[in-house]
Amino acid sequence: MSAAPQDAAGGGTLAGYNFAYLDEDTKRMIRRALLKAVAIPGHQVPFGSREMPLPYGWGTGGIQVTASVIGPDDTLKVIDQGADDTTNAVSIRRFFGRVAGVATTERTAEATVIQTRHRIPETPLREGQILVYQVPMPEPLFRLEPRVAETRRLHALGDYGLMHVKLYEDIARRGEVTISYNYPVMVNGRYLMSPSPIPAFDNPKMDRMPALQLFGAGREKRIYAVPPYTAVRSLDFEDHPFRPNRADAACALCGSRDSYLDEVVTDDRGGRRFLCSDTDYCERRRAEQ
Amino acid sequence: MSDAPILEASGLDLRFGAVPALDGVALGVWPGEVVAILGESGSGKTSLLRVLSGALAADAGEVLYRNAAGALVPVHAAGEAALRRLARTEWGFVHQNPRDGLRLGVSAGGNVGERLMAVGARHYGGIRAAAAEWLRRVEIDPARMDDLPRDFSGGMQQRLQIARTLVTRPRLVFMDEPTGGLDVSVQARLLDLIRALVADLGLAVLLVTHDIAVARLLAHRLVVMRRGRVVEHGLTDRVLDDPQHEYTQLLVSSVLAA
Repeated sequence: MSAAPQDAAGGGTLAGYNFAYLDEDTKRMIRRALLKAVAIPGHQVPFGSREMPLPYGWGTGGIQVTASVIGPDDTLKVIDQGADDTTNAVSIRRFFGRVAGVATTERTAEATVIQTRHRIPETPLREGQILVYQVPMPEPLFRLEPRVAETRRLHALGDYGLMHVKLYEDIARRGEVTISYNYPVMVNGRYLMSPSPIPAFDNPKMDRMPALQLFGAGREKRIYAVPPYTAVRSLDFEDHPFRPNRADAACALCGSRDSYLDEVVTDDRGGRRFLCSDTDYCERRRAEQ
Repeated sequence: MSDAPILEASGLDLRFGAVPALDGVALGVWPGEVVAILGESGSGKTSLLRVLSGALAADAGEVLYRNAAGALVPVHAAGEAALRRLARTEWGFVHQNPRDGLRLGVSAGGNVGERLMAVGARHYGGIRAAAAEWLRRVEIDPARMDDLPRDFSGGMQQRLQIARTLVTRPRLVFMDEPTGGLDVSVQARLLDLIRALVADLGLAVLLVTHDIAVARLLAHRLVVMRRGRVVEHGLTDRVLDDPQHEYTQLLVSSVLAA
C-alpha cells in the first residue's frame, strides 16, 4: 500500500478527474473502514458504498477497496474465477489501467494488489501483497437468520450455534457437509466470516496467509478484513473434520493434480475436460514443461 | 431443598399504560421446587414470567438469580450477553406453542443438538448420541431423529421442546402453559413425563398456568395472581383445599368436574 498522492490528478491527466476514479474524501472514508476492519479481523464494518461504473454483482465492493489502496507504483492483477482473461477481469484491469495508470500483470508473483472474484491464486502469496475479494453477501448467517439486526446481535455475542446446526443437518441428511463454496470460517477465534464464494478448496489458503486480505461488498455496503498471519479456521466437527474437495482429475493442459479444476463440457454427448481454474498457474506450468 | 433461593424477586412493579400488570410482586423459588403461578387471563402471570426471566424490564423491583457457582446475578442488570449465556446453559424455556421454542425446518436431532452446540459441543457423534438419548427420555422414537418437527403431532412437538430444553441440564426452567392446546389424554401423558423428569433432574420450575389440575399435579407451591397482585400463596394442597382469598375460592369452585 503506497501513499496515494493528494494531487493525484497531476501528470497530465484531465482536470477534475482524480487518481483511481474515486475522490480523495471517499478513499479516506473507505480507508478508515479498512483500518477498523483490519483491527477487528472478520468483523463487518459498514461503509458508504459509491455508485461505480459497473453493475452490482460485478465487483463494485472490490473495485472501491482496490481504488482506495492502490498507488501509482502498484502492479495490479485481476482474476475472475481464477482466470485473467474473462470479461470481468479484463474490464476491471483495463479500468484501473485507465483511471490510475498503474501497471497490470497476469503474474501472481509480480502483482502487489490482486483483486479476485471467487478464487485465491494457486501460487502462495507473500508479505506485502494485498488480496482484494469481491463479496456479494458478507453475512455468513443470512440464510439461517433473516433478521439483519439479529445477526449483528449474534456476532456481538459470539453466538454461532446456529451455523453448527446447519452443518449438523448436512451431515445428518447427506453424510457430509455439503457446502462446496462460501464455506463459513472462524477468524482469529472470534468472528464468523463468509470467505466470499471461493471454493472450500481455497479455505486453507486463508489461514495464516502472509498477504493482507480485504473484502468489499458494494451492494451490502460492508468491508471486512483478515490481517496477515491471522488464524482462519473452517467450521467442522471433531469427528467430521473439514475436507476441501476437488475434482479427482488432472488438468488437461498442464497435468496438475494439486490445483483447483474447472469442468468444461466439450460436446453434447457427455464429453468433458478438467482445466486449471487459475490460468496464470496453468500457463506457468506449461512454460516450464 | 437448600435454604438459599435460586431465584428471588422483590417489589416488582410494571404498568402497561394505566393497567397495572405487576403490583408489588415478591416471589422466591428454591432449588428442586416447582412453583406454579395461577391466575386468569390478564392477571399478569405471563408478564411476571417474562420479567423474572429478564425478557421484560420491570418499572421497579429487583430479580436475583443464584447461579451454579453460588453467586447472585441481578437479572436485569446483568447485560444481554450474560442473560443469553444463562438462557442457554442454566435456564430453560418451554413455550406454550412448540413452534416458538423449536426450529421447524431443522430435524428433531438438530433441534436437541442446537443447545449443545451453542455451548460448544463439537463432536457430531456425541451430539447425536445425546439427542437420541433425550428423544428416548421424552418417549419419541429415536428412529424419527432426522424427521422435521413440523411433521410431528402437537404432543410430540411439545415433548421435543422439553427434550431440547433439558439436554443441557438447566437448573431453572420457565414453563408457560406447557400443556395448553393439547387434548386431555396427551396432556395427561405430558404431565406425567414432566413430573418424572423434574423429579429425576431435581429441577427448579416456574410454571405459569390457568389450569388448576395442572398446578395440582406438578406444583409444590402455588402463587395466585389477580390484577397484577399476588393474592394468595402457599403449599399447593393447602391453597387448593383451603383457599383463603375470595378470588382463590372462586377459582377453585369454578373447576368443572368430569
